[in-house]
Order: sequence, then structure tokens, then C-alpha cells
Amino acid sequence: MIDQHFLALLVVVPLLASPLCLLLPNGRLPWLLATAVAWVVFALAVFGVFRVYGDGPVSYWMGGWQPPWGIEYRLDALNALVVLIVAAIGAVVVPFAGRSVPAEVDGANIAGFYAAFLLALCGLLGIAVTGDVFNLFVFLEISSLASYTLISQGRNRRALVSAYQYLIFGTIGATFLLIGIGLLYAMTGTLNMADLARRLAEVEQTRTVFTGFAFIVVGAAIKLALFPLHLWLPNAYTHAPSVVSAFLAATATKVAVYVLLRFTFTVFGLEFSFGAAPLSLILATLAVAAILVGSVSAVTQNNVKRLLAYSSVAQIGYMVVAIAMVTALGLTAATLHLFNHALMKGALFLALGCVVYRMGGADMDSLRGLGRKMPLTMAAFVVAGLSLIGVPLTAGFISKWYLVLAAIELGWWPIVAVVLVGSLLAAIYIWRVVEVAYFREADDPARSEAPWSLLAPTWLLALANIYFGLDARLPVSLAESAASVMLGGAP
Amino acid sequence: MTRQPVLHVTAKFLIPLIMLFALYVQFHGEYSPGGGFQAGVIFGAGLILYGLVFGVEQAQRVLPLGVLRVLAALGVLLYGGVGMVSLLAGQEFLDYGALSADPVAGQHLGILLVELGVGITVTAVMVIIFYVFAGREKT
Amino acid sequence: MSLLFEHYNYWVAIFLMMTGFYTVISRGNLVKQVVGLNIFQASVFIFYISLAYVDGGATPIVKEGVEVYANPLPHVLILTAIVVGIATTALGLALIVRIKEAYGTIEEDEIREADQRDGKDSDA
Repeated sequence: MIDQHFLALLVVVPLLASPLCLLLPNGRLPWLLATAVAWVVFALAVFGVFRVYGDGPVSYWMGGWQPPWGIEYRLDALNALVVLIVAAIGAVVVPFAGRSVPAEVDGANIAGFYAAFLLALCGLLGIAVTGDVFNLFVFLEISSLASYTLISQGRNRRALVSAYQYLIFGTIGATFLLIGIGLLYAMTGTLNMADLARRLAEVEQTRTVFTGFAFIVVGAAIKLALFPLHLWLPNAYTHAPSVVSAFLAATATKVAVYVLLRFTFTVFGLEFSFGAAPLSLILATLAVAAILVGSVSAVTQNNVKRLLAYSSVAQIGYMVVAIAMVTALGLTAATLHLFNHALMKGALFLALGCVVYRMGGADMDSLRGLGRKMPLTMAAFVVAGLSLIGVPLTAGFISKWYLVLAAIELGWWPIVAVVLVGSLLAAIYIWRVVEVAYFREADDPARSEAPWSLLAPTWLLALANIYFGLDARLPVSLAESAASVMLGGAP
Repeated sequence: MTRQPVLHVTAKFLIPLIMLFALYVQFHGEYSPGGGFQAGVIFGAGLILYGLVFGVEQAQRVLPLGVLRVLAALGVLLYGGVGMVSLLAGQEFLDYGALSADPVAGQHLGILLVELGVGITVTAVMVIIFYVFAGREKT
Repeated sequence: MSLLFEHYNYWVAIFLMMTGFYTVISRGNLVKQVVGLNIFQASVFIFYISLAYVDGGATPIVKEGVEVYANPLPHVLILTAIVVGIATTALGLALIVRIKEAYGTIEEDEIREADQRDGKDSDA
């Protein structure tokens, strides 16, 4: 039963749990349900990864309709990794929400909050597993609408404006994607990804296909917050409740990167995307700008959440520049960073969540002296911060190492320089936080560590950063097979 | 609210017709243009017309927000439940053929049930949106 | 000229699309932005529906004596997209109501001023 249906269950379980949540009274019950669902989903995702690596790609026909007529769910090495990231972060973040959400979200909205959270989870997983481009659009909108709702739940009134801005940006992005899908459908008469890839080869050199390609790339770029379309991201991450920032920062942009990868490599094929269309140069240029602008903006921020949000813009730049290389090593670096960045940003935002839980804010002032007040929290922050900089023995080092190797292999020396400058800037902005936390006196130096229910998930992710820095075999082998799928090899 | 006899009488005449039409669209969805979404919107429109003419407070007495919330969730669960039944019967998710010994009858039954779920949810959500916007206190 | 008339459905869609897009970008009033967003989305719906038209095709309901049908799939897709559009509009308007209650205005520049007046203290 599980063996046959796990792909459908991956999406259906959170989808059906969401209305159930709405039926439960506000309080701890919705949280318990969400926790159970997140863990079930994680178990299914782990199972799926084993299946894909054991027996190759898995295909599921929704409603028993044969593709390309029916909707196909398909899991291969590339999206198995994305599913694993989303499910794992979900499973870690929901337990954290148990203490953090009641402190930050209006008590009357708790059930609705978890319903929206499960919908977001369902949407993100759905984007990852579906093999149908229109279905992808629908899941993209499900996850986006749920994220707008989640972001608007922040205590500060600016959360509302941030959610609204994100809604406008996100809807334009998704509609661009819809236009592109429509143009592809007009040319080929199919929506199934594998079928599209076959049929597009015949009509590739038409203006319609180029236009569709442009719409899809721009739409995906808005969703993944590629510079200069990143303007929605800093506000959204800053004003959202801590759990939501951690979850979205670690998963939403990763899934959008996956959408870009899926369309450029699987649907259009790399000869078209990077041969006929000058995508490589465009992506590399924008990514370099993202790394530099994002890092410099992060250095000047006074609010640590906003600082991390700008750092996310820069980190997305690393992934995109690695994609632009279109080599096996470059794509491995990109997918590896997808995985590692989820770990470090998850840990950093969760550590900040602990700070917000105790101090009520995340600006530099409220972090003064926290090195002594909340030693465990700040230690987790430092560990994840080191990983973000790319210090050896952390996960961040592994992905930067692959990125630099890939750039050297191609002789892209300016990229190597940009990566080094970006890491230096990361060291500066993380140091600013460390300095305030460890070398400034707090007004009230009494020790007030966060409760263990918040610390445990934070440290779990922080330790994962070290573990995957010491023993990177698992993510590297996952990333390598994902890269070979994209380049057209067997998974 | 001031008494508006013309409005009240017309609305009382129209609302049952709107609802009847909604049910027609709902249960003919498998053969002709129609289905849960359109039917839900039409049914919701009937209820919203009631709210507009007789006041939101009166409408909420007839159909409280809490009930609608439950209905909205139940509709989705009905949809998903049909999918789960076919899954438990050993078929793919939402393969209606599994619902009955005769696959064609199963398809009919499946579509009807799923569309009913959609209809219930859409009606409930439309009216909830109306309540929430119309019932908001002026600031 | 033939480019203009043979594909007039695309021109309509493009005109609406640009109108909506321009409204979203240029207007400071949040409700007008949502209206613009709606026009933008509606243009895509019209684009899809016009794709489905087959010359001389009948409504896609099986009937005796009819050979050519219009393509029903885009209609189904757009029905889904319309639902998504409604959800987006409802959520956008709900956020605007909350913004109005929190800020007392729905003009973008006034909201920005209010945020700047708050200063960095409330930047949590």
C-alpha cells in the first residue's frame, strides 16, 4: 500500500489534514496534528528517496489515467532531493512551532495558522513531485497563497504590508508562468513534462516557444527572488512569525529554484535553454549582482532577521551562478547548496526564533549580551553562521568548495573572486551579530535560556550543519545523481 | 435596516429559484456544462443575496459562521475521502472505477461525490468571504 | 495588416495584459492594484480560452451529427485558474482591510511614511 501510493500520499496527507486542522479547536490539538503529519510526510519522503536510489524513477498516475492524458506524479533523483529538503525542514520546524507560535500569533488564529502551514507544505511538495506543468502552477499558487497568509500573521502591522507586497509580486510571477505554460500548450497540445520535452524538440525554433521560455524563466525568477526581482523577500522574511521565516527561507526559494531547473533542463532541454537562448550569461550576471548586492545590504542591516533575509538573496545567487555553469560539477554544487543552505538558514532563523521568544525582537539592540544570557541559542547561531560563511568542517564549506572547483574547471576566475568576496562579506555580517551578542553588556545579564522544546530543533539543524560538513557523502551523492538527471544521464 | 417591500418580495421569489438552478447545475455536472464550482458559486450567490437584502445579522442567524467553517472543511474532506476510498480499494488515488463493481457506474458515482464536495466547499467559502467583509466593524 | 486581424484575439489579450500590468505598477492605491492584478489575470484567461477555439467547432458536449468540437481542456484549466484568481483577490482584499484598520490608509506612500515615522524600533 505505502509502496504503491507513497507519491500520492506525500501530497494528499497534508492536503486532507489541513481542513481537519480547521475543525479542531484553537489550542494544542492543531499543533499535534501538524506535527504528526509533518513526521509522516518526512517518513514518506525518506522512503521515496530510498526507492528512487534503489529502483530508479517512480511514476504515479493520478486517478489511474495514463499520461500524457492524466496527471502524472514522478519522482527522480532531482526532485527526490527537493522533497527530502522540504519534508525534513517541515518535520523539524513544526515541533519548534509548539512554543513559538502561541507567543507570536494571535490565539484565535492558531487552528487557521496550522491549516495554512499544512497547505503550504502540501503545495511545496506538490510542486516537487508533479510531472504536469499546469498542476505545477496550481500547487505553486496553493503554496503561495498559504505563505501570504502565514506571513500576514506576524504581530507587527508591517507584516500585513509585507504579505500584500509578496502577494502582488508572487501573483505576477505565477501568472507569467501560466502565460508561458499556455504558449507551450498552444505549440504542443500537451502539459506532461516528459511529453512536452519530446514535442518541443520539433517546434523549438519558433518565436512562440522563445516567448514562452522567457515568461517561464522570469516567472520562476520572481518566485526564487533572483536579483533584481528579490524586493518582496526581505520584508516578507523580516515580519513573518519566526517559524514561518525559518520554514519559507529553507524551503520556498529552494522549490522555486527546482522549478527553474525542471523547466530549463527537463522541459526545454539544455541545448535549447543554454544554447539557443543566452540564459547562461543572463543568469550568471544577475547571480553575481545578487551575491554582491545581497551581501552588502546584509552588512548594513540593523535587524538580524532582515540581515539573514538579504543574505538569502546572496545565497540564491550562489545557486544560480552554479546553474549557469551547466557542467556536472556546477549542477552538483547548485543542488548541494540547495541542501546545505536549507540547513543553515533553517538553523539561523530558528535560533533567531528563540531570541524573539525571549527578547520579543530581533534587532541588534535586543541581542546585546545574549552570548551570556542565552549561551546555547547563540552557540547554535554561531555554528550555523560559520556554515553560512563557509568555514571548513561545516556544510557550507562543502558547497562553496564544489562551487569554486566548478568555476575553476571552466576558468571562470571572476566567479571565484566573487565567491570569496561574498564569503568575506558573510563573515562581516555574522561577526556583527557575534560582536553584539558576546562583547556588549546586556541591561539585565540574568541567564534566560530558551526552553528545550525550542532549543532541540535549533540544535538538530545546527548539528546537521557540522555533520554534513564532516561526512558529506550523502548530500554529495544525492546532488551528483540529481546533476546527472539534469544533464540527461540515467538517475 | 429600513423596510424595502419590493426588494424583500422579489428576493423571496428569486432566492429559491437561484438555489434550484444551483442544484440543477450541481447534479448535471457529469453530462453537461456544470459541476461543483459553478453550482457552489450560484448557491452562494443565493445566500449572499439573502444577506444583502435582509442584513448580514439575519443571514448569520440562518447560517452561522461556525457552521460554514465546518461545511467548508467537510467538503474538502469528502473530496479527499473519495480519493482515499479508491486508494484503499487498491486503485490509484481518485480512480473512481474502484467505487463500484461496475467501473462506469463507479465513475458516475465518483464524479457526483467529488463535485458535491467541491460544491459544498465553494458555497461555504463564498458566503464566509461575504460575511467576513460585510460583517467587519467600521473603523 | 493580416497580422493585425487574423490574430486579433492575441492583441486583445496583450492589450488587457499591459493595461492590468501598468495599473499594478503605476497606482499607489492598494485596491486599484488588486483591480489591475485582476485585469492582468483575466487577460491570461481570455488568451487560454481563445486558444481552445477550433474553426467551426461546436461546444464540447458529445452530440449526434457533430464532428468538430472546440478543445475543452483549456476551459478546464482556466476554471482552475479562475478559482486561484478568486482566492488571490479575496486574500488581497482581506489584507487591504487589515492594512486599512492598522494604518488608517490604503495609499502606498502614506503607509511608507507611517512606517518611517515608526522608525527602526518596531522593526521586529
